[in-house]
Amino acid sequence: MNDITQTLLGVVSDWDGSYKGAYNIREDGGCAGRQSSENIKIESKNDNPGIVIRVSSKAQQETVYIPACVTHSGVSDLVYNDFIIEDGADVIIVAGCGVHSDGEEEARHNGIHRFFIGKNAKVLYKEKHVGTGNGEGAKRIDPVTDIEMQEGSYMEMDTMQISGVTSTNRLTTAKLGAGAKLVIHERLLTDNDEKAKSDFKVDLDGEDSSVDLVSRSVAKGNSYQEFYSTLNGNNKCTGHSECDGILSENGKVIAVPALYAANIDASLIHEAAIGKIAGEQIIKLCTLGLTEEEAERKIIDGFLK
Amino acid sequence: MLELKDIRWTTEDGEEILKGINLSVPDGKLTVVTGPNGGGKTSLAKVVAGLYKASDGKIFIDDNDITDWSITERSKNGIAYAFQQPVRFKGLTVRDLLEISAERTLSSVEICSLLSEVGLCGREYMDREADASLSGGESKRIEIATVLARKNAKMLVFDEPEAGIDLWSFTNLIKAFEEIKTDHSRSLLIISHQERIMNIADYIAVVADGKVSRMGTREEILPTLMNETGSACCSLRNK
Ligand SMILES: Nc1ncnc2c1ncn2[C@@H]1O[C@H](COP(=O)(O)OP(=O)(O)OP(=O)(O)O)[C@@H](O)[C@H]1O
Ligand SMILES: [Mg+2]
Repeated sequence: MNDITQTLLGVVSDWDGSYKGAYNIREDGGCAGRQSSENIKIESKNDNPGIVIRVSSKAQQETVYIPACVTHSGVSDLVYNDFIIEDGADVIIVAGCGVHSDGEEEARHNGIHRFFIGKNAKVLYKEKHVGTGNGEGAKRIDPVTDIEMQEGSYMEMDTMQISGVTSTNRLTTAKLGAGAKLVIHERLLTDNDEKAKSDFKVDLDGEDSSVDLVSRSVAKGNSYQEFYSTLNGNNKCTGHSECDGILSENGKVIAVPALYAANIDASLIHEAAIGKIAGEQIIKLCTLGLTEEEAERKIIDGFLK
Repeated sequence: MLELKDIRWTTEDGEEILKGINLSVPDGKLTVVTGPNGGGKTSLAKVVAGLYKASDGKIFIDDNDITDWSITERSKNGIAYAFQQPVRFKGLTVRDLLEISAERTLSSVEICSLLSEVGLCGREYMDREADASLSGGESKRIEIATVLARKNAKMLVFDEPEAGIDLWSFTNLIKAFEEIKTDHSRSLLIISHQERIMNIADYIAVVADGKVSRMGTREEILPTLMNETGSACCSLRNK
């Protein structure tokens, strides 16, 4: 594993020189380390590049790390990962992706993740994205996430793009069975000429399924963000989606929420608010001794925390 | 000592709100500013804290002319201001705000002690976001705590600290003000309509229609205060 990977891993996936338990580290399209544990088995795929992660019902509060790094320009990594979570399992998945560009060509990672979550299983999925390096080439991360949730299962996705990713296109789809619950917290920071697009499609198919989707974004510099969300209420269900955007300098954000209710007992809500930091917030922090720049930084850091 | 000399403030629309305010706030004393709604008290506090720039006149603190100082400079030099209407923050917790105020990390014990001064249980509130999910009285009390956390502040300005606060928390707050009074290096300027606060004042100033209409010791002002506003009311009714 090279030094850049080590640094990126520290930023995106809690790396402190080693991982306990199951892990798979992907570096520039290859495998830089893998370990299965008793309850979490990781194997290579036969048809496509990528891995299959099998989490047995016996796994309870176990963690698996599956970070991916691209450490120089001219690499375009495409990977297909499948997560098979057996009934009743309880697992924490620490993903995370860092792309580093040092030349004129693009450094790119495309992760296609499929989740099959068994009955009453519980998944916490944590994902951080970062771009580093001074290369001219774009740093791109384009994740696709498909989720199938069985009866009574629970998934929490905590995703965050910290900085430096030139362009990202995130597509997340989910199908929820009866009583399944999906919670998504997305935080996106873009600056300079960066672009980010985030698109969620959630089918609330099962009775009493629910989704809570909160996206917080900050667009600084000349950056541009698009947020789309579609909640389909096909049964008695509850859905909430919220998009909160802060604009700074010449940042632009477009938020396009859609709600489709196809059942009399579907209850769907959307909230969206975009604007600059409220002047009174900056003023209050100035009265506590911060300069305007410090106040703005505190507010943005807190908002994206 | 804070001194305002012939302070005027005009809104962007050109309406003059403060029409020549002269006021001295002595060190180590509690000065209450009271007066009718819309009389200019909050505008006065904002001019002191630097939120509004005086269109004319001078402000001095210990003989330093601070008229042109920014909000941050005033704050760094000892002026602290608790807003009449607290600001809400999505993403900043009560702990974050108090640590910004104190300019250092605070232990949970320190946070609990600050919040107990305003009648809040620290354990329950320190990790809550200071956002719109707080009730009016809760966010008002947190606002006050952010000023109490500024231990180096010499001039503490509170704008209607009583507003929306329950009786029990208010009793705690009065104690906190009395405590500050015993430290003779700190001054309190409290905008208030509350008799219990006026009862612990050293000085009372009445601000009406953008001017200080009366100023004196509590003993001089308080006994006649009610008559004054009462008669204003009657004279309107008699018209
Ligand atoms: N930023 C502003 N722009 C325009 N008008 C303002 C502004 N701030 C205050 N005013 C006006 O100035 C007058 C005095 O307001 P101020 O808030 O200072 O009164 P107050 O004495 O604090 O009243 P209250 O007791 O109700 O709090 C009011 O008529 C108010 O509408
Ligand atoms: Mg006021």
